[in-house]
Amino acid sequence: MTLHPMIAALRKHKAGVILIALQIALTLAIVCNAVFIIGQRIERVNRPTGLKEQDLFLVTNQWVGAPTGDDPASIQKLDALLREDLATLRALPDVASVTPVNSVPLLNSSWNGSVALKPDTALLGGKARTTYYFGDQNFIGTLGVHLIAGRDFNAGDVTNKGFRNTSEPSVIIVSKALADTLFPKGDAIGKVIYLDGSGTPSTIVGEVARIQSPATGSWAGAFVWNAVIEPIRLNANFARYAVRAKPGRLQAAMREATPALYKADPMRVLDDDSVKSFADIRAHAYRADVGMAVLMGVICVILLGVTAAGIVGLTSFWVGQRHRQIGVRRALGARKVDILHYFQMENLLIAGLGAVAGIALAVGLNLLLMKYYEMDRMPVPYVLAGVVLVLLLGQGAVFTPARRASNVPPVVATRAA
Amino acid sequence: MFGYYLDLALRSLKRSPGLTVLMVLAIGFGVAASMTTWSVFRAVSGDPIPWKSSRLFVPQLDIWGPDSRKKSGYDDLPEALDYTDAMALMRDHRAKLQSAMYQISPSVVPADAAKHPINISGHAVYSEFFPMLDVPFQYGSGWSAKDDHERAHVVVISSKLNQKLFGGANSVGKTVDIEGKDYRVVGVANHWNPQPRFYDLVNSGGFHTDAEDLFVPFQTAIDMGMPNDGNTNCSEIPKEAGFVGLQHSSCVWIAYMAELDGASAVRSYRDYLNNYMRQQQQSGRFAWPPKTKLHSLPGWLSYEHVVPSDTKVSLLVALGLLIVCLVNTAGLLLAKFLRRSSEIGVRRALGAPRAAVYAQFLTEAGIVGAAGGVLGLLLTGLGVASVGWVLPKDIAALAKLDVSLLLLTLVVAVVATMLAGLYPTYRASRVQPAWQLKSN
Repeated sequence: MTLHPMIAALRKHKAGVILIALQIALTLAIVCNAVFIIGQRIERVNRPTGLKEQDLFLVTNQWVGAPTGDDPASIQKLDALLREDLATLRALPDVASVTPVNSVPLLNSSWNGSVALKPDTALLGGKARTTYYFGDQNFIGTLGVHLIAGRDFNAGDVTNKGFRNTSEPSVIIVSKALADTLFPKGDAIGKVIYLDGSGTPSTIVGEVARIQSPATGSWAGAFVWNAVIEPIRLNANFARYAVRAKPGRLQAAMREATPALYKADPMRVLDDDSVKSFADIRAHAYRADVGMAVLMGVICVILLGVTAAGIVGLTSFWVGQRHRQIGVRRALGARKVDILHYFQMENLLIAGLGAVAGIALAVGLNLLLMKYYEMDRMPVPYVLAGVVLVLLLGQGAVFTPARRASNVPPVVATRAA
Repeated sequence: MFGYYLDLALRSLKRSPGLTVLMVLAIGFGVAASMTTWSVFRAVSGDPIPWKSSRLFVPQLDIWGPDSRKKSGYDDLPEALDYTDAMALMRDHRAKLQSAMYQISPSVVPADAAKHPINISGHAVYSEFFPMLDVPFQYGSGWSAKDDHERAHVVVISSKLNQKLFGGANSVGKTVDIEGKDYRVVGVANHWNPQPRFYDLVNSGGFHTDAEDLFVPFQTAIDMGMPNDGNTNCSEIPKEAGFVGLQHSSCVWIAYMAELDGASAVRSYRDYLNNYMRQQQQSGRFAWPPKTKLHSLPGWLSYEHVVPSDTKVSLLVALGLLIVCLVNTAGLLLAKFLRRSSEIGVRRALGAPRAAVYAQFLTEAGIVGAAGGVLGLLLTGLGVASVGWVLPKDIAALAKLDVSLLLLTLVVAVVATMLAGLYPTYRASRVQPAWQLKSN
């Protein structure tokens, strides 16, 4: 089949051709970028936190009338309250283990700083930025973080300090990402580092495979896998406890927690949000991302539907318009399949034209989003997949009208228009 | 004549129901997607205090120096104030009205012993906070400058907390137990929950479904050791421990707002800030040249990126969808109109001017647009109702379906479709009558 007569025919209705090609180009540009956004969000939501998330929940508590001072007596009083709560929770029939925590991954309440290899560096002059976790000897086990080197904390490591006390611990556990940044040779265990520009050395005794930062915002993106875990119970007028329920007993353990804590000490605040499963924390953290992905998905479906329907509509019209010509061709010996191929080729030509323009538009739109809306560069495969998609869409949409055209009988040629 | 064109258009649309339905669907979906995302964008980009926003200002002081910007990846000045500078600005009192403020989250013990204590959020502010932000009161009012000075135990509560604690009655003069201390209620704010929470963007992050429940005098809160709830950013670790240590540090955690009426007041406040920083430099506090910024409220809202970029991207993509739908409609209308070339030829030969052809075909496009608009209304209603499924709750709650949105939906549908119909109509009006009559 030669393209020349086809192009000559298309010249006759330039406007229609341009409109379809333009529609395909815009569709390609938008769908590529929308699918890219969806892909990014799915990737973000699916990254593992490094925790065993099942059977895990968080209790947030605030004591009423507790000392807010930072004097040693107040701190010890707060620590007594905290230890009492830990014992209360640990004693629950459906609870496997408990640790005090300052935060957990995805909670969006974080404590960040920097670590250095030398003492007394400026806070912002550290070697790497990191997030801090505080817990006791049950932290690793309760959160289900995977220890890959060194040892876990033992009861002797654990101390307590006031919430705003800036002294640093003598032993710490770090995430592999942070260990590799500080000690690229992989020999972090036993090494000494300095937290937040402190002069006190902290020895790395253990390394965990992975633990995500509590912060999910883009500002924390650079150090999202860097973490230092300190064996410290933080004492303030509020506390958080990470609790691991016995397998399959999450709901039961969550139900038991509030009444048991109130029974131990009624002068505290526990509201609807105070006992939260990790699944809820995860859903809340990624709600905007999931929502954006769903929205982009809906828009893509509408877009592809409208474009496909548009192609069907316009091709049908052209088939009707060329009814007689088709008859003539059939009468002159063209087979049904030739007519079918003619319309399919014609569509491929128009869609190809649109796709070429669409590639430019897609890249342009991506650049625009990068410039103004913190978007990443779209990888080439997305654009290529988009091109294949719109070409297939065009072929799928044109098939029915093209087949109808191929069914036009040769006898039409003999009738007057 | 319009009635006649209406009749013609309806006949024509009925003749090819498939095409008509296609166009109506395309317009309906395109308009609904745009309007739904627009309703969200409109909600989050609105001015929270339109009558006054141009007179409210937020200062920024360069207390960390150029080094901190390079190393920490911050590209600008600290977004909040440290305690020392916030107090100095309050003491100098150079604006018409001003207030330093910080976010607190104390617990309140209900008088009824059977009820559990509750946790509430609020701000520690100065007395000028209330007149500066035009806080509406249901009962009573804010406290006085004297109360600020005397560190009085007074409190302004929200109407919601008033409902919870006092059953909604006038509670002015009654006491509330906050962290074990009695505070006298001086005012009950009347459902005041501006969106975004513009007076403290750094700590609130923008949008909140629930209003703040209590306001206490700044110095009283400091005296009582009520710790700050929210962000604390430091360029160096505080030398002393505790909340008092934070007050002596260069960490930033205090929001500040000032009302300045008129360009000259703004200019002199800028000069004041620069002079203040120069004095600090000369007193040996830091070595770098003084640098300050003063943002008007609208400028501050955009500086803090209050409108989430997801919202803007969604709107952009939805508008793209609308454009595709219009291109689609233009193509289909073109096909439809040109199919009727012979009919146009006859009309023109019988003396109809081009304008009549325009009127006839634009009427037809308008009808398609109106039908698409009605479908769009339904889908927009559905869309706005279901944004709660896909957006964070605090933002979704702001998207509302109102008369102006409904009207806009209809107008956009009709006008956009008529625009899409312009080229096809132009082509229809160019049909040569003689040529059409001859070929038949």
